[in-house]
Amino acid sequence: MSDTLLKVRDLKIGATIYPPGERPRDIEIVHGVSFDLAPGKVLGLIGESGAGKSTIGLASMAYGRGGVKITGGEVWVNGRDILKGNHKDIRKLRGAEVTYVSQSAAASFNPAKKIMDQVVEAAVEQKKFSRKEAEARARTLFAKLGLPDPDNIGERYPHQVSGGQLQRCMTALALCPEPDLVVFDEPTTALDVTTQIDVLMAIKEAIRDTGVAALYITHDLAVVAQVSDDIMVLKMGNTVEYGHVDQIINNPQEEYTKALVSVRSIEHEEKAPTEEPVLSVRNITARYKGTQFDVLHNVNVDLYPGQTLAVVGESGSGKSTLARVITGLLPPREGEIEFAGRKLSPDLKGRTREDLRELQMIYQMADVAMNPRQTVGTIIGRPLEFYFGMRGAEKKKRIIELLDEIELGEKFIDRYPAELSGGQKQRVCIARSLAAKPKMIICDEVTSALDPLVADGILKLLLDLQKIEDVAYLFITHDLATVRAISDNIAVMYQGKVQRYGGKSKVLSPPFDDYTDLLLSSVPEMKLGWLEEVIAHRKMESAGN
Amino acid sequence: MSPIVKLLAQRIALSLLLLLLISIVIFAGTIVLPGDVAQSILGQSATPEALANLRAELGVNDPPVERYIAWLFGAMQGDLGTALTSGQDIAQALSSRFWNTLFLAFWAAVVAVPLAIFLGLLAVRFKDRWPDKTISAVTLASISIPEFLIGYVLMYFIAVQLRWFPSVAMVNDNMSLFEKLNAIALPIAVLTLVVLAHMMRMTRAAILNVMQSAYIETAELKGLNAFQVIYRHAFPNAIAPIVNVVMLNLAYLVVGVVVIEVVFVYPGMGQYLVDHVSKRDVPVVQACGLIFAAVYIGLNMIADIVAILSNPRLRHPK
Repeated sequence: MSDTLLKVRDLKIGATIYPPGERPRDIEIVHGVSFDLAPGKVLGLIGESGAGKSTIGLASMAYGRGGVKITGGEVWVNGRDILKGNHKDIRKLRGAEVTYVSQSAAASFNPAKKIMDQVVEAAVEQKKFSRKEAEARARTLFAKLGLPDPDNIGERYPHQVSGGQLQRCMTALALCPEPDLVVFDEPTTALDVTTQIDVLMAIKEAIRDTGVAALYITHDLAVVAQVSDDIMVLKMGNTVEYGHVDQIINNPQEEYTKALVSVRSIEHEEKAPTEEPVLSVRNITARYKGTQFDVLHNVNVDLYPGQTLAVVGESGSGKSTLARVITGLLPPREGEIEFAGRKLSPDLKGRTREDLRELQMIYQMADVAMNPRQTVGTIIGRPLEFYFGMRGAEKKKRIIELLDEIELGEKFIDRYPAELSGGQKQRVCIARSLAAKPKMIICDEVTSALDPLVADGILKLLLDLQKIEDVAYLFITHDLATVRAISDNIAVMYQGKVQRYGGKSKVLSPPFDDYTDLLLSSVPEMKLGWLEEVIAHRKMESAGN
Repeated sequence: MSPIVKLLAQRIALSLLLLLLISIVIFAGTIVLPGDVAQSILGQSATPEALANLRAELGVNDPPVERYIAWLFGAMQGDLGTALTSGQDIAQALSSRFWNTLFLAFWAAVVAVPLAIFLGLLAVRFKDRWPDKTISAVTLASISIPEFLIGYVLMYFIAVQLRWFPSVAMVNDNMSLFEKLNAIALPIAVLTLVVLAHMMRMTRAAILNVMQSAYIETAELKGLNAFQVIYRHAFPNAIAPIVNVVMLNLAYLVVGVVVIEVVFVYPGMGQYLVDHVSKRDVPVVQACGLIFAAVYIGLNMIADIVAILSNPRLRHPK
């Protein structure tokens, strides 16, 4: 047995793209990447979207997603170059020697089959174990991964377990055939932060106990620092930096790596509440039509002019429902909303045009929030016409002003959304909402779909614009780093209630309530050994109680 | 009550309601049609008294609502009335023909459904390669040619030239199953060609749709071969749309075979219906309409029930 399990040399990967109105052409998306992985070691592949990290991970199974093709180089697994193998050789490799854990276990499990059938399938099909042995092994893995009722959970269907549990089942699926290498592709990205920490620990322990090697793919450097031995930083299909985890985190050499390590550099001093609030949410209780339980219970928050209130919580906490109530999309069962000194109609239909103008919204998905057949100028110009009746030169002048404010400039006025990057699209959405000269903007997870460096730029822009336009933000997010960066006041939501509310410094300093403590301590820190520290700390606390 | 039982009960109740509404439409439709049954039975030379007597006897003068209720209750008890032209009991006359139609439809389905699904799977496996294109082209061609033309072409080559099967599909109760199947081989072939394309294309589309899912990638990365991926992971999730189109085609096999029955002189319901429409025999038309509607609604209801049952979220609630 050689001392390298996976040896990748000068790997080149291409894809065919279909630009609108042009001939399809081939492009290269990974430009000659090389690395080695020894048995039982973990290599973290990190980069922003488009860096090619998932593509490289799948190439170690000789798989190209969609139209992706491996065009050059060598991938050696257990001493064989798998790119030279035929279909049969590759099938024997997949699910036996190399297995895969995807980002969304919810989508990667077949909804029509029991979990156990899917977990043991590769092991049985590849003749690694008999069905009986594989099932016993799966139950051991379920227990090791901390799943409840490990003896029977396999009899359930995927929709009958939670997202975090399903992600662990996916890990069991990958480990069941006793592979030599597991490719983890963003395995915790879709999870809530308090769930992520448990799954992360479960994966780490499973890797240690089974002695399997792993490629760990993620965009989150703080996460990869907890599980990897080595890290490779990728950008646009090229290796930026490749070294031991300690060196990458504590002594990065390249500018790009330094930027990734020190991301979220924004400092924002908390402002004290001064005048009357621009928005007062009073005793709001709400439920969705046709359901029997309230998703918001007696919520009270205030937003002051020119300030930011961050509403933070995990999925299902009711933070987006609060936004729906404030915008009038979901009339509450009880309570009322005061806005700019007047009472707002609970229903959207009862609101005046002035109400609509002064309360704007920016969404998570910038690309679906814009009409793809309109130019940037038309998109930003629409509220100028609608609310202020602007026409011709006057309108154009204001559009250019707004484009300058969002740091894009006049040259973007005739572009279509498809020609913009994710960050640029979100900037156009910001300009569109500012065009209405609102008193307040609801920002619903506006940076969640963006890469960290791009998100950082958007947050800086929002803070600058707040100073210029004196606009208040209601900032809905699940990301505590974002909250730290931009808020003046914070409302922590949990199960439809405001768990903790007040100025940033007060909410983020001890003494904490249990939930806020759990939430804050679960955010991965860019520090080696952080995961073990937190887990040890929690174990001590629960032992002390 | 578990949600799935409630859903099924709702679906069945809906079908019954629909059938009731259709019965009203059929009854009302045959009333507003122009023409006088008494006149057509007795002919142009009938005396006014004779016409009046016959109308009274037929109950044509009674209020329509009363006649509808009497007809509906009769139909529910299996009494479809008597044919005006022959005086025969309709239920009796129809029953053997109905079974003949079902017999033909059943054997056509036995051939067509598995073949269509198999060809659909094959087309997915070799998507955009020559097997897929050949299957698509042949099935499309066969659905585009009028069925009577296919019928006569097959009859000419297979029955007349090659003499493999009889050209006339006469069956009676004294024949063995094998003899019957031999007699209806040609109509089965034609019906199969007619319904194949629709079912095969739907199977292909439904499975290709599922093939985009992330769990198909999971299956491929387990090292399964293409047929295992399609059969084990894609097919179970494509059942609902496939069953839907299969049921629509089965319904067509029962209610739409009129042309084929006429071409092959097969003693089924379609031919019976056509004969009596031309004689303006209203009770027979009503009875056939009601039976066809019941078959159509019933098969579609089964499709929906299978779709509900094939959804694991409904079958195994949290």
